[in-house]
Amino acid sequence: MPFVIFTTRNDVNQLYQKERRMKKIEAIIKPFKLDDLKEGLGELGITGMTISEVKGFGRQKGHTEIYRGAEYVVDFIPKVKVETVVKEDMVDIVIEKILSSVKTGNIGDGKIFVIPVEKICRIRTGETDNDAI
Amino acid sequence: MAGDEVVNITIGSNKEAIDLLQTNLNYVWTLVAACLVFFMQAGFAMVESGFTRAKSAVNIMMKNLMDFSMGSIAFWAIGFGIMFGTSSTGWFGTDGFFLSGWEGPDGDQWVLAFWMFQCVFAATAATIVSGAVAERTKFTGYLIYSVVLCAFIYPIFGSWAWGSLLNGNGWLEGMGFIDFAGSTVVHSIGGWAALAGAIVLGPRIGKYGKNGEVRAIPGHNIPMAAIGVFILWLGWFGFNPGSTTTGDSSIAMIFVTTNLSAAAGSIFAMFTSWIMFKKPDIGMSLNGALAGLVGITAGCANVSPGSAIIIGAISGVLVVLSVVTIDKMHIDDPVGAVSVHGVCGAWGTLAAGLFNMGGTNAKIITTQLIGIGAAFAWSFGVAFLLFKVIDMTIGLRISKEDEMIGVDITEHGAHAYNDFQTLN
Repeated sequence: MPFVIFTTRNDVNQLYQKERRMKKIEAIIKPFKLDDLKEGLGELGITGMTISEVKGFGRQKGHTEIYRGAEYVVDFIPKVKVETVVKEDMVDIVIEKILSSVKTGNIGDGKIFVIPVEKICRIRTGETDNDAI
Repeated sequence: MAGDEVVNITIGSNKEAIDLLQTNLNYVWTLVAACLVFFMQAGFAMVESGFTRAKSAVNIMMKNLMDFSMGSIAFWAIGFGIMFGTSSTGWFGTDGFFLSGWEGPDGDQWVLAFWMFQCVFAATAATIVSGAVAERTKFTGYLIYSVVLCAFIYPIFGSWAWGSLLNGNGWLEGMGFIDFAGSTVVHSIGGWAALAGAIVLGPRIGKYGKNGEVRAIPGHNIPMAAIGVFILWLGWFGFNPGSTTTGDSSIAMIFVTTNLSAAAGSIFAMFTSWIMFKKPDIGMSLNGALAGLVGITAGCANVSPGSAIIIGAISGVLVVLSVVTIDKMHIDDPVGAVSVHGVCGAWGTLAAGLFNMGGTNAKIITTQLIGIGAAFAWSFGVAFLLFKVIDMTIGLRISKEDEMIGVDITEHGAHAYNDFQTLN
């Protein structure tokens, strides 16, 4: 009997993705927690990250301040966005670590998003994907 | 002693020498004071810029630079003659234009020193308006106003109150009007012109909401505004005591009254804002110091130190109430110029009569009130006309789109802070 291996398109895709899955973790946190987060990720061996200063609000909304007798609403609260790309199998520990480093229990702690990354390239050497993390 | 020169020393020649020394001291003190008052231009620039948005900072600097530069020339050419020239009518001077005849007999240079001192005062009046019309005024329109104020509006009233300090004689000072360093002559004249400008211009976009609510447009650099106030406070030590134009001990009390009034002004403005807004407000406190300074400017030489504290305290309360009231009337004054200089200038002038050390009476008060009223009628009236004419000819206000982009870009093609991206 001829030896036939049946594979579905889905199986092929799964095979492909498993070897090469990379994820970007985006964490929006309180600015004064940045150092704690950086140390925490360092303990996990995370080798790089990018931060940006952003403003935003969630369900907490803003607060009112007074300037020369006129009230105004501060809608957007300053936050820091931390982005780092890791292999998929690291995602859960990283989230765990971010939570333990950054959580205060008060409104405005922030959110974490996990986004699939299609391709990576290290500019200096040309390494790609997992070699470039 | 043998071999010494024989010199004829008489009482007369001694007196001459002493008089000469005093005269030279007068020159030195007056001109040092003029330096201090000049430095107030930096103070005004910092206050105005700190209390407005980053996208208007270049324009503020240009207006302040030109206030002093164009003002100096205008005052040299026309203003000084009107203010201090021979005045047969008591309403304006008629000689001394282009500083002609500045050298007196025996090479007397006093007119030059006096001109320098008066020039920095005129420029102070002009720059008061800059803050009230900030962020939405056409630069060309502003330049025209600035020249007209230094050449005409300011010196005419100045001649009524101060003309006899040189060759003139004014109808107001003839009545005994007290305004030693210019609560009215400088600050109210500037303040009421500022009011006229703010009214003709209209408020900045977004300042007042649809339901009439007052919206805050916060200043972009509070430390800068604070430095400005400190510089102004320092400069006022030239403004008030310098007005003696005499280097003698009379300046001491003027230093004291000036300082105490400023201090009381800032304290009481702070407390007033604390009560009204639940937190001590930095902007109001800073304005309070200036209000105290303006308030004492008229009476700094004829009220006691204790009275100076009262005058300053009332100025501090007044300025806060005035800022809120003017906002309620939907007149947009980004830095509180009308409240600090117009309102507190009027109060300071009245206070100079009320707290006069020699005693007060109805005649003194009435004279002060006449001066206050005349200043308002003249300055507000002429400035309002002027701004209206500018508006109807070349236009006074920039377009809506230009205001959104920012007056720095549209009027000057420049950013104040090139390395920073501003989100406003």
